Amino acid sequence: MVEFALPRNSVVQKGKRWPKPDNTKNLHEFQIYRWNPDDDENPRMDTYFVDLDDCGPMILDAVLWIKNKIDPTLTFRRSCREGICGSCSMNINGLNTLACTKAIKDYSGVITIRPLPHMDVVKDLVPDLTHFYAQHASVEPWLHTSSPTPEKEWKQTPEDRAKLDGMYECILCACCSTSCPMYWWQGERYLGPAALLQAQRWIADSRDEATDERLDYVDDAFKLFRCRTILNCAAACPKGLNPAKAIAEMRKALVERSI
Amino acid sequence: MVSHAKGYRTPFARVRGRGGVSGVSTFWGQRVSGVLAIPLTIAAIVIVVAVLGKDHQATVQILGSPLAAVPMLLFVGVSVYHMWIGLQEILTDYVHGEKLLLVLLMGNTLFSVAIAFAACFAVLKLAFGV
Repeated sequence: MVEFALPRNSVVQKGKRWPKPDNTKNLHEFQIYRWNPDDDENPRMDTYFVDLDDCGPMILDAVLWIKNKIDPTLTFRRSCREGICGSCSMNINGLNTLACTKAIKDYSGVITIRPLPHMDVVKDLVPDLTHFYAQHASVEPWLHTSSPTPEKEWKQTPEDRAKLDGMYECILCACCSTSCPMYWWQGERYLGPAALLQAQRWIADSRDEATDERLDYVDDAFKLFRCRTILNCAAACPKGLNPAKAIAEMRKALVERSI
Repeated sequence: MVSHAKGYRTPFARVRGRGGVSGVSTFWGQRVSGVLAIPLTIAAIVIVVAVLGKDHQATVQILGSPLAAVPMLLFVGVSVYHMWIGLQEILTDYVHGEKLLLVLLMGNTLFSVAIAFAACFAVLKLAFGV
């Protein structure tokens, strides 16, 4: 059956409370999920106090500040720090989002940071996205053509190009898929909102010549039709995209070609 | 997400290994039966209200009319089909053990067919005045 409780070795324990930095007035409390695969301990929530006068404005700045000033063992992904690489996706106060685009001042009280939900954890805030990336690759997110390649480029009208807006912007941060209960429970077989958004991105592309094959691939009781229109994906997406709409478009296309 | 049984299969093999059952007919069947069920449910309520408090003979007379019996039979067929798909989807969502799921899916089909036949039998019996 569906698991409603964490396995015993995943139950989160109370963690270490790190001392407040000296001679500081503007402190903010952070509770951060910690788990190390190299010991046999359960995960724990460590408490840190960040000096906001010495730290940048974003949540990612605070996490980096903790790593640099308090605890160098804290592990997380980050790269561009401006919302375009999708590396620093994490669960902040219950919502999957990018740590680099969320300002500390927009949160009141303790800020709780956990890894993206319901994924295997590699260490601390780093989830294992191997299966997620394989699902993305499985929709073959590149141009498929059979016609002879034109001398210059595959042309597209501005109107057809506009049809890709709201889909090509995805940065594969996995905030949507890991916020989806159907992905939590059927993630082995359900492709999840991120991969399905990219499937529709290529189905909607006027230059692509493999629409039928792409629709054949997603016409599956599990890959596409497990979506229950919960819409957590659209609520979580830090880029403001709506994967549920892309899923609805594919379902519509499948129904239209079957009647 | 379930992470067991990874073994030596590549991540891509895991993704490509378990698909192929079309979902569009179930999806479309659920929507069509849902829409059809709206007028048929209204018709069924009207017919049931009409026979409320009536004796057997009056009920036989009302259901003897094709205008009452046919919508009642359609209501049974459409609503049971809708229920069958809905239960099947819920079971597939929540029950992950394959053996248990198979048993429950068979049980769902048996239950749905049985309840449809029983309801149709009752309507037909009254419709033919028995």
